[in-house]
Amino acid sequence: MTSIGTGYDLSASTYSPDGRIFQVEYANKAVENSGTAIGLRVKDGVVLAVEKLIQSKLLIPGANRRIQTIDRHMGFATAGLVADGRQLANRSREEGRSLRSQFHHPPTAKMLADRLGLFVQAYTLYGSVRPFGASAIVGSVDKNGPQIFVVEPSGVALGYHGAAVGKGRQLAKTELEKLKLAELSTREAVIEAARIIYLVHDDAKEKDFELEMTWIGNETGGQHEPVPKDLFDEAERKAKEALESFE
Amino acid sequence: MDHFPTNWGRPRNDAFDAYNTYPFHVRPDNGPRDAFADNVQRTQQPIVTGTSVLALKYKDGIMMAADCLASYGSLARFKDIQRLHEVGKFTVIGASGDMSDYQYLQTTLDELLISEEITAADGHSLGPVEIHEYLSRLMYGRRSRLNPLWNSILVGGVKDGKSFLAYVDLLGTTYSSSTLATGYGAYIAQPLLRKAVEGREMDIDENEARKIMTDCLRVLFYRDARSLNKYQIATVTDSGVAISPSMELGTQWGFAEGIRGYGAQTQ
Repeated sequence: MTSIGTGYDLSASTYSPDGRIFQVEYANKAVENSGTAIGLRVKDGVVLAVEKLIQSKLLIPGANRRIQTIDRHMGFATAGLVADGRQLANRSREEGRSLRSQFHHPPTAKMLADRLGLFVQAYTLYGSVRPFGASAIVGSVDKNGPQIFVVEPSGVALGYHGAAVGKGRQLAKTELEKLKLAELSTREAVIEAARIIYLVHDDAKEKDFELEMTWIGNETGGQHEPVPKDLFDEAERKAKEALESFE
Repeated sequence: MDHFPTNWGRPRNDAFDAYNTYPFHVRPDNGPRDAFADNVQRTQQPIVTGTSVLALKYKDGIMMAADCLASYGSLARFKDIQRLHEVGKFTVIGASGDMSDYQYLQTTLDELLISEEITAADGHSLGPVEIHEYLSRLMYGRRSRLNPLWNSILVGGVKDGKSFLAYVDLLGTTYSSSTLATGYGAYIAQPLLRKAVEGREMDIDENEARKIMTDCLRVLFYRDARSLNKYQIATVTDSGVAISPSMELGTQWGFAEGIRGYGAQTQ
């Protein structure tokens, strides 16, 4: 992108002459500056993982969660401005509740991501508001099976087999493409997710990070839950080993 | 744009109302109106009803029982209805009274669990005490708006090693005891339960508790014309909630032949 918006970037309600909306592109920049978040849709479940950069050593471990729960069966990982991510999560919970009460059925990730996309897109239309500086990965196991959707600051909501947003997304995507996602079990996917997050983390440039991982699958009874400690530790150990052999 | 000048309000006059304290002109409310508002009737009576629910405390926790019938007036309309419902990991509720109101309560409690337990993810969970308190405020709130949820509900559960058993009804009345019964069971089964349980809650094991329950259900089936010989029993113990599949009561009608004074006998 050119370094100047030349007057067309003052508001999200103005196009540039070549048809771009700079404010939305800047919002994407905010996402690209944050720790990576990935989502894996596999044979029988979904895994979400986040590289949470530690802002201060004084923070309690586990503070400022970036993976949140929307409904029993639905997780939500964000990259970008943390506060914007929380706002999107709260909005998703509201939408989830409304879908649940209208249809008397657990909301599907598709319905929810569509609704969230409409909400996010509305913030690209007016000069009085700023687009969301966060992308969200919605993961769920619902009547359509395991599902992953990504909602971007522009408001697009698309389904994926594997998704990556944030700083390390390019490398993470190439790693995801190497996997046979449709054949992986959720348990194997947890190991892979941890490996990818450790791989994309840039030790030289970055502060310390905390790995955050949740999953939804048969082993959780279809519920969105943090990965249990023993599996988490195993995944983290294997990730570190893989990192050493990689280098 | 409002085209009626009378709705525009009184222009401010600095001479005698410098701070604009004079009340604003009241503008007519042209908002949407419910054409039927005057003709709405709130619940006057339950329609599809469940009869008694029984509950008792025993050594391991609490036990609750209800039959599987939902009546439509005196008609035994639905014979495979579950009236015991698990709420979270520690609680069971059982409802008598209007079954549609009960289903509404189930959805409401499910939403409560999602917002307070699942999405909050703060490590706190709702136990029977909280569920009962929530229900009692909900029921009292509804009766205060003259639109009650027409139920008597038993709430029982075990959390942190403490068992809890309490009642709440359509008026928001609550009480707690080691044996409880709603509806007709409050007259027929409650005395039997008290006799069997009170004072020896810690001596009763699961088998004995089950026997007490089935005995009471049997007496209710004999006496209560809105009851059924198909029932379920729920237990809540330290290991969690378990609701049984529906079971049939063994009954004995041989004595009926000897009864005189009803029906078409000639002597």
